[in-house]
Amino acid sequence: MAKKSYRQAINEALAQEMRRDPTVIVMGEDNAGGMGAPGEDDAWGGVLGVTKGLMPEFGRERVLDTPISESSFIGAAVGAAATGLRPVAELMFVDFMGVCFDQIYNQAGKFRYMFGGKAVTPLVIRTMYGAGFRAASQHSQCLYPVFTHTPGLKVVLPSSPYEAKGLLIQAIRDDDPVIFFEHKVLYDEEEEVPDEPYTIPFGEANLTREGDDVTIVAFGRMVGFANQVADKLEKQGISCTVLDPRTTSPLDSDSILECVEETGRLVVVDEASPRCNMATDISALVAENAFGALKAPIRMVTPPHTPVPFAPELEDLYIPSPDKIEAAVRSVMAHGG
Amino acid sequence: MSKPIQTITMPKWGLAMDEGMVVDWLVEEGAEVAAGAEILEIETTKITNVFESPVGGTLRRRLVAEGEVAPVGALLGVVADASVADAEIDAFVERFQAEFAVAVEAAAESAALEPETIQVGGQRINYLKTGEGPPLVLIHGFGGDLNNWLFNQPALSESHGVYALDLPGHGRSGKALGATGMAMLADLLGGFMDALEIDAAHLVGHSMGGALGLAFALERPARVKSLTLIAPGGLGPEINMDFIDGFIAAGRRKEMKAVLELLVADPSLISRDMVNDVLKYKRLDGVEPALRGIAEAIFPGGRQEAVPAGHLAKLAVPAQAIWGRQDKILPAQHAEALPQSVAVHLLDNVGHMPHMEAAAEVNRLIAALAG
Repeated sequence: MAKKSYRQAINEALAQEMRRDPTVIVMGEDNAGGMGAPGEDDAWGGVLGVTKGLMPEFGRERVLDTPISESSFIGAAVGAAATGLRPVAELMFVDFMGVCFDQIYNQAGKFRYMFGGKAVTPLVIRTMYGAGFRAASQHSQCLYPVFTHTPGLKVVLPSSPYEAKGLLIQAIRDDDPVIFFEHKVLYDEEEEVPDEPYTIPFGEANLTREGDDVTIVAFGRMVGFANQVADKLEKQGISCTVLDPRTTSPLDSDSILECVEETGRLVVVDEASPRCNMATDISALVAENAFGALKAPIRMVTPPHTPVPFAPELEDLYIPSPDKIEAAVRSVMAHGG
Repeated sequence: MSKPIQTITMPKWGLAMDEGMVVDWLVEEGAEVAAGAEILEIETTKITNVFESPVGGTLRRRLVAEGEVAPVGALLGVVADASVADAEIDAFVERFQAEFAVAVEAAAESAALEPETIQVGGQRINYLKTGEGPPLVLIHGFGGDLNNWLFNQPALSESHGVYALDLPGHGRSGKALGATGMAMLADLLGGFMDALEIDAAHLVGHSMGGALGLAFALERPARVKSLTLIAPGGLGPEINMDFIDGFIAAGRRKEMKAVLELLVADPSLISRDMVNDVLKYKRLDGVEPALRGIAEAIFPGGRQEAVPAGHLAKLAVPAQAIWGRQDKILPAQHAEALPQSVAVHLLDNVGHMPHMEAAAEVNRLIAALAG
């Protein structure tokens, strides 16, 4: 089993599903690149090279370079899904959802419900999110809470290469619209990823660390930070459970509540803006259903409620860091003995 | 000549282990320890197990404290006769630590031990070869893989060339199966030995792998030098189908944990990492149909096809059976079907995984038979 990057894991998932199922197609801005320019075919593979190599293997009929018009090609992908294909459309940055959101939340997310359960929409929208890339406030947001808020959409946040491959294959085989969030800072992270295709079920949290004192629930890139903190504190006698929900919709509420019942303390780490994000959602879930188990106030580690700053020093300060997570864990440890 | 100074070092349990934590010292400094006695408890991310002293004498130094983590190969303790001077022991420790630091650097540069793959009858077979000497083949059970031998393969490699394979449909071997019955598995084992130019080997088979070893030894005795059956299948009709069906059906952590806990006498042995590893295998395309196919062929209608007594009596190779009295998958009473010539070792407080739950004892028994 070889080590593969997050980028390679996603590419391999796409290639293996395209080989297995001829109805799987890929579409987006410069997904191949070089259209009409001799010698430049497949020059891009998407803006960060994730889909590179697919066009030479599967041809331009299945790897479509689209115009720079999210409203048209996301709409086309929704239609293609409703009429028999399994499109994987790439919304380059999730920040661009503003111009194509009707197609996603009002159309794709509603079909199954409005057509008496008889329509399926096996659509995947792959999209980049997250700060830390020096890409300023219009290319750095974590908008997954917006999609999580919308019934009818499934929302996936892979935290590592192994997770990315298995969750993307699951997303492609799923009959509902899935929004698949790729953190742009994770693309070069590596870990062991099986060569064979595999699927990770939606709605089951991954227990990445197991401890007695504090439950840390973290999403996407934050899972790695939470693991770092758990490993460091373990050596100092504070043992943490780290839970990666993997999908925010469906959400594995049972695992979260069970872990909090065991540890009695909760820290939620969410890179999304702090109002109405996953941290507030999970805090409410626990406060409503496991209040009696809590030995300490719930702590949320999030950015401040501002656009992502462009100045590098400010951007670094904005993102939840291992130090901030550690401080939150220590603060809840001050309660409950 | 002065008495020797002997070392207790951090063992390597499985490919993924690069460090372990000393949970508990079971022997005080200055106390006598016999070779094979339980000396300390070690925890890895996968499992916690008792480590048995490979050497005997007085435990003169404990170099890693309880709760501390040390890399594989690190010096945990020093055993020497009470007559050896303290200064001599201190000098020995200093020399070891200096050499160990150099060795760690060298090891980081050399390639890690990795399984290899070969084609056997059109099927991709993954296996791990360690050690040199008379060939010994380890065959895992239903749903298992070569990592099940993590506590056995290193010890057996000291005297044997040990081959642990992944059966078809298992581990990292091919998942697309044509035939799924015992005859296919026996042909596969023969083909595996042919491909690696092993004329005859000591076979060690667990559960379904035991049934396979038994069938193979009855059919092709010339290729089997000795046979160790660990909680083997094939000796009686009963089998706990809650395990077989549950293992096939389980796709989630909690379900899988409950199923795996049936395997052992002490359920706390089943760690989070162990459950995750099994789930990672179960998620691979093709695994579920492969396991279903094998289960339908080998446990049709929830019963095993037992080898008839008359046929068993013809077993012509040196053989033994090892069984846990708390086995919840295959009852230890099945051992009564074996001919008188086969020694049966029943272990207390052990479930269906004696090679993990009582590794040192099982390793000794295998080494004794396979000489």
